[in-house]
Amino acid sequence: MKRRRLSNAELNEAARHYDGPYKPYDLIKELCVAIAVVASLALLFTIFFSSPDDRPSTIAQWSRQMPVDFVTTAVSELDGTSATAGYGPPYNHNGDGQQIAFIHLQKWLGVSHPINTAQDFVLTPLASIPFDPALRKATAAYQAASAKTQAAWTTDYTNALAKATVGPGGAVVVSGSFGPVPTMMNGLLGLAQSGGLDGDLLTSNQFYQTDYTKPLLFMADGGLLAARAQSQHLLGEQWGMMNETGSYPGQVWLWLYTFWYQIAPFNTSVNADALVMAIMGVMSLGLILIPFIPGVRDIPRWVPIYRYIWRDYYRDQGLR
Amino acid sequence: MSAVDKPSWTARVREAGVRAMPPERLLPDTQPAYMSSWIYIFGVLTIAALVIIIFSGSVLGLKGPAWWHYTGIGHFFNSIHLWAVELFFFFMVIHLWGKFFMAAWRGGRGRTWMSGAITFLTSIAAAFTGYVSQQNFDSQWIATQAKDGLNSTGIGAFFNVLNFGQMYTYHVLLLPVVVIALVSAHILLVRRTGIVPPLPLGELAIHAPAADPPGAGATESAA
Repeated sequence: MKRRRLSNAELNEAARHYDGPYKPYDLIKELCVAIAVVASLALLFTIFFSSPDDRPSTIAQWSRQMPVDFVTTAVSELDGTSATAGYGPPYNHNGDGQQIAFIHLQKWLGVSHPINTAQDFVLTPLASIPFDPALRKATAAYQAASAKTQAAWTTDYTNALAKATVGPGGAVVVSGSFGPVPTMMNGLLGLAQSGGLDGDLLTSNQFYQTDYTKPLLFMADGGLLAARAQSQHLLGEQWGMMNETGSYPGQVWLWLYTFWYQIAPFNTSVNADALVMAIMGVMSLGLILIPFIPGVRDIPRWVPIYRYIWRDYYRDQGLR
Repeated sequence: MSAVDKPSWTARVREAGVRAMPPERLLPDTQPAYMSSWIYIFGVLTIAALVIIIFSGSVLGLKGPAWWHYTGIGHFFNSIHLWAVELFFFFMVIHLWGKFFMAAWRGGRGRTWMSGAITFLTSIAAAFTGYVSQQNFDSQWIATQAKDGLNSTGIGAFFNVLNFGQMYTYHVLLLPVVVIALVSAHILLVRRTGIVPPLPLGELAIHAPAADPPGAGATESAA
């Protein structure tokens, strides 16, 4: 028998044709049995493990459980120092977003969901509170002040909030002189604790609402979601969103995507998301194009797993 | 061919379809003898899991997105849906690795591999939109974390993971349609070219085969 190594082209051509024996095979029966087996497995897992369903957080819940954190976050939305306020596209022009070298996709695609955190998260909701002349006067005074004065008030107030206490009814008590900011923040806190802010941030020109961009961004700037996530092992350094609440497998197929965030330089880079997405994009393209990538497409010939898969065939053919 | 002199468009499409995929090739009742390993069952198990996903998802969709939060039967179908998804990915990944180590793209089967790989990636997107459509804490956390990755690529400008209505539409309609279309194309490609023959044993192969007729597929020998 003449034996020699086949080229890739010859291997390809050899796989176009098969002259060997066939055997009876019932594809439809196989599919029906498979459906029965998978349905049974899903049923067993359901009976033994059910599925997780932790109730969502609300702004009302956040403001009642963590009033100081809520007010601190609200002040950062008012003075433009929150993560959302400085995010850049697609929410505002206050930053350029992430980039890779000269590629600024985030900036180039523009602002598609415009958010002015001071107006949308604080001033407009405050304006919706009726019958409160003191609050209206405080808001007017804040808006009439110069940017420098506003910044001085909010900066001093934010620093003082580190020593704030929670008073009767969940109000935040801070000693000092911060202009109209405490009056505004306690007004917003009351609105939030009553549940009114949850509704205000959903309000648009439509009666029916499905877009939770504003309330989710506001809550994400605060500490409640992160605190819950940490207790459920969902933080970025805990392999993040591929996990799920409870002891469920979650999106384990995202392990490679999440892996990059655990190692340098991605775990410290300000452009980590763009870099990881670029890597995963290239790797995904590589997965699709494996048949055409020299070296990678040859791995199956070097790793003899195929000898195990087709062992019956090789044995029947008298091959070893 | 139709009885009229000039075949209708319908007749042309039918005849082209039958030429490309004769019934005995679409649903053969024999398979090559080398198809005798447990690894071959993971393709059909993946399809079976997809059937369960579509069935349980349809029940959840019929009752609306909030139903499963406040009824026991709704939670039951959500659990079936979740575990069917986990099984779907488990079976599909084993199927993918199996086909990789079989170098299943040989013999003009590159499109079959590519359609499978694209199905895998599209399924990840479909599952992801499901996770952010659950209307619970998982949805809130996953959406607020995932937005940064998507925004960094510019995709966030038109694919807003914080918009429940948009994500729900992607999850229950757009992406399932794409996944089903891709799986259908994948199956048709498998049936058209047949399952890949074994690799020649070892680095040294048996002597090269004789020239084959153009376009011959492995299943053609069964006809």
